[in-house]
Amino acid sequence: MSLLEVKDITHSYGASHSFWRKQDVKPVLSGVSLSIEEGTCLGLLGSSGAGKSTLGKVILGLEKPQQGQVIFQGQDVYAMDAKSRQQMRRNLQVVFQDSYSSVNPRLTAEKIIAEPLENYEKLSAGEQNRAIASLLEQVGLSSSDMKKYPREFSGGQLQRINIARALALKPKMIVLDESVSSLDMVTQTTILNLLQDLKTMHGLSYLFITHDIRAAYSISDTMAIMDNGQIAGVFHDKDEVFTSQQPAVKSLVDAMLPEHPRYRNAAAPKEAKKLFSR
Amino acid sequence: MHTQPNVLQVDNLNIAAKSSRGALPLVRNVNLELKPGKVLGLIGESGSGKTVTSMALMQLLDQRAMQVQGSIQLNGQELNGLAPKAMRNIRGKEIGFIMQNPMNAFTPVYTIGNQFVETIRTHTGLGKKQAVELAIASLESMNLEEPAKLMKKYPFQLSGGMLQRVMIAISMSLRPAVVIADEPTTALDVTNQLQVLKELDRLRTECGTAILLISHDLGVISQLADEVAVMRRGEIVEQAEVCDLFDRPQHEYTKKLLQARPMFSGNEALSRLVI
Repeated sequence: MSLLEVKDITHSYGASHSFWRKQDVKPVLSGVSLSIEEGTCLGLLGSSGAGKSTLGKVILGLEKPQQGQVIFQGQDVYAMDAKSRQQMRRNLQVVFQDSYSSVNPRLTAEKIIAEPLENYEKLSAGEQNRAIASLLEQVGLSSSDMKKYPREFSGGQLQRINIARALALKPKMIVLDESVSSLDMVTQTTILNLLQDLKTMHGLSYLFITHDIRAAYSISDTMAIMDNGQIAGVFHDKDEVFTSQQPAVKSLVDAMLPEHPRYRNAAAPKEAKKLFSR
Repeated sequence: MHTQPNVLQVDNLNIAAKSSRGALPLVRNVNLELKPGKVLGLIGESGSGKTVTSMALMQLLDQRAMQVQGSIQLNGQELNGLAPKAMRNIRGKEIGFIMQNPMNAFTPVYTIGNQFVETIRTHTGLGKKQAVELAIASLESMNLEEPAKLMKKYPFQLSGGMLQRVMIAISMSLRPAVVIADEPTTALDVTNQLQVLKELDRLRTECGTAILLISHDLGVISQLADEVAVMRRGEIVEQAEVCDLFDRPQHEYTKKLLQARPMFSGNEALSRLVI
């Protein structure tokens, strides 16, 4: 049984218009199905407006789809009772794109990470303190950062705090919605490496939503491409993304920037643009 | 080979923030040269001083808070210390600016057309009708669809990619000598990125505009730059022709930057396709 199964999701915004306003309601998601196995990362790619983030929200239980099901750990997310829902939230966490708006600016790093612990666990002050210190260390920060406020951290550091918070309850899966897109190149790679290490260490599953093929390639086991609310292709062999003739996939691949200036006007096979021979 | 004079010549640029503890250096001894039709890439992490440098070039730093020393010459004319009124004539007309977040470049309460025409008429002697024609022609040259209709839209009705192209269209219409593009593609998704960079490329080949391309993204630099300056903690640590920089980086920091990209694994199947 897959950790997460998404079955035939169809959804549109603004469907509940008053009946005397005639409007074309365009579906944001149409018949989307996918699955994520435990301990694996699914990279979800697509240009902006493809429906990736909406799908992320539907999966997280934040947006009830008009049709279709989301089955997490064998249970229908939208048919759960309150108690099951609460348990699900422990196991299914999220890290969003904007690290600053994901935190309360008036709370210290310690309090930010403590929040899920306080909501779900009954730890003594000492236990909680140790747990937070350990989480900070896991994400490459230190316990001396505990009393700092969000404004004292860079975007990359704050994203590490968001990841620490997401790890606090030892979840099974984390949805990473453009989590590294706002960071500069060097920081992106550092955070991607961190995510990779944490995945191996904890047997985590990820849904990695992005429009950046390179970032997705580096962390994903399987890659799926979305276009116009539909799944355009699922690739269990990542490398097949580059040779796919599927228009939506091809346009994403063709839009990649070259790894080396010599490939900038590549008359050569497009694949050559992505290789870097030193 | 005939070497053209530099359009932009920056010598010994030093920028410091004024504080109660004295002047805190932000940018030190920066020297840059821009030739017509050439693209100089300025790469560095966030906080390296790239944006502060670009703001100084356009004299947009608050003199009460910042100290700018050194020479900034545009076609031989010294800009540092130039009277605000004279600088206002130069900004836009001679030096264009394309900023990271296109949404911030436009006033939300006026249409695109309104803002475009205002910019044109501020810097040229064109009448309203002529300005509108020029605006429409510029939008068309950016491969934007239905330019006349676009003129009537408000900024929020356009996607980031479209707004960025509108910004480039405005820049192109004034035919500036230099364009400073500060992270022009960071806020855009991958399908728009390449398109915007290709439009910038056209700007330099068709109009001979010199471009200072600021980015933290090596892919952007790879795509467009002729020469690259690497900035770290307010200083330029290395400067080279783009292929040289990628093939033979000299400074430790440059090497670190080049290595810090999510790379594709040395896959057997793909390596067959290398020419």
